[in-house]
Amino acid sequence: MKQPLPGLGLALGLTWLWLGLIVLVPLAALVIRPWELGAAGVWAVVTEPRVLAALRLSFGAALLAALVDLPIGLLVAWVVVRYRFPGRRLLDAAVDLPFALPTAVAGLALTALYAPNGWLGAPLAALGIKVAFTPLGVAVALAFVGLPFVVRSVEPVLRDLARDAEEAAAMLGATRAQTWWRVLLPALGPALASGVALAFARAVGEYGSVIFIAGNTPMLSEIAPLLIVVQLEQFDYAAAAAIGLAMLALSFLLLLGFNLLQRRLRRGLA
Amino acid sequence: MRGPTEEPAWLRRLLCLLAAAVLVVFFLLPLAAVFTEALRRGLAPALAALADPDALAALRLTLLVAAIAVPVNTVGGIAAAWAIAKFEFRGKRLLTTLIDLPFSVSPVISGLVYVLLFGAQGWFGPWLQRHGIEIIFALPGLVLATIFVTFPFVARTLIPLMQAQGRAEEEAAATLGSSGWQSFRRVTLPNIRWALLSGVLLCNARAMGEFGAVSVVSGHVRGETNTLPLHVEILYNEYQFVGAFAVAALLALLALVTLGAKALLERLTGRKLAGA
Repeated sequence: MKQPLPGLGLALGLTWLWLGLIVLVPLAALVIRPWELGAAGVWAVVTEPRVLAALRLSFGAALLAALVDLPIGLLVAWVVVRYRFPGRRLLDAAVDLPFALPTAVAGLALTALYAPNGWLGAPLAALGIKVAFTPLGVAVALAFVGLPFVVRSVEPVLRDLARDAEEAAAMLGATRAQTWWRVLLPALGPALASGVALAFARAVGEYGSVIFIAGNTPMLSEIAPLLIVVQLEQFDYAAAAAIGLAMLALSFLLLLGFNLLQRRLRRGLA
Repeated sequence: MRGPTEEPAWLRRLLCLLAAAVLVVFFLLPLAAVFTEALRRGLAPALAALADPDALAALRLTLLVAAIAVPVNTVGGIAAAWAIAKFEFRGKRLLTTLIDLPFSVSPVISGLVYVLLFGAQGWFGPWLQRHGIEIIFALPGLVLATIFVTFPFVARTLIPLMQAQGRAEEEAAATLGSSGWQSFRRVTLPNIRWALLSGVLLCNARAMGEFGAVSVVSGHVRGETNTLPLHVEILYNEYQFVGAFAVAALLALLALVTLGAKALLERLTGRKLAGA
């Protein structure tokens, strides 16, 4: 077909140039550089106990944070779409705060809040729960940065959801709880899964909001991105790239899993 | 009486209360903590921290980096959205996926990749050194890392809108004899201006606030390669808490202005604009 609009060649050329120079060539370096250590060398770097502990923390805390964001995000999206109450507009706008707030500022804020003498840290410490400078603190920071992804994934689906399915369920004698379980949650399932996947993907690589609250104790509260920085400070580029590549490969595998789950949930709908 | 598709009143009230609790704990308290810590000793020390020469140098550098990175990504984003939304071509899906790639990469990795290319032991490192060109631990590195992390913002805000608008108006302009540039300037641009502005704002907020990626390529030389977010970290690690929180409060204000402007733009256009 002839394209009656001009500009495709120019736009595509500009796009691929921009993409290639800024994203593709640099990422190629990340994929190629580790192998100058040899396969055994790469394996030795990523299976070092300190690196393994950091990977476990980054992925574990990110998964935990994304799962915590699931009910909270659903609650916020539901209330913002379905109910009218004072402060609804404010809540709707505030959801984007973690997107817009610089990560270092979020890190400082959460550390001040959850430190043993902080507004939330002090009462929690009285209950015997330490948040700042522990793995729990890492999860708190990751839940903060991930929440908007869940809310913003579910919200548009909820807005477009026709009420007639719910009405039909009610007419057929379903209780509201049954309607929730059998009608609403299945319809929201794919959006929830993709929101959780996005929150997880963001949380795995998060750096700025975590390093202040984590305390960065080796083997306990060190995240994987921090170890990349540590290797770079020792000018060990290949080892830094190996950890980076391992992170990318792991999150790619996990996101693939999320994708399959989402597809199954969607098929359940049809 | 409650309708058949509503929760009982007590449950609705409970859910609203819980949501209010989320609002306070997740969003309002962290913000309040920043401003409270910044003003702990009053306004004067906070303002003094902002007027410090190193802080001012960091502010200038942050503005300069954003002033280069944001236009680059705006032009690239418009070109990508134009091609993807208005045309069919092979590899479109791949292109869309690749444009989103920087969002799923850790900020630290976004900085790392440029060190692997241009650092002292990078692929081009020795060549750059021989020719006296500094990229890593200098302005070009900061700009490159910032362009990488803010890469998808403009394209992502524009693509859904331009796809929804279709190409009928541009085709009409073409049949009436307008050139490609004319129809872009007079038809396309006015149609997308608010979404474009929103994308640019988000891109700018991230560019000025980026921490992880620039931290890797900066070298942290005070007054030279230190951006505002990095300055926050330096002050914090030196236990200058009032100064650290004062600079953090300035950055938080930037975030609040961005959110306010985005909410305003959404009201103007009557639709939700894509976030990050």
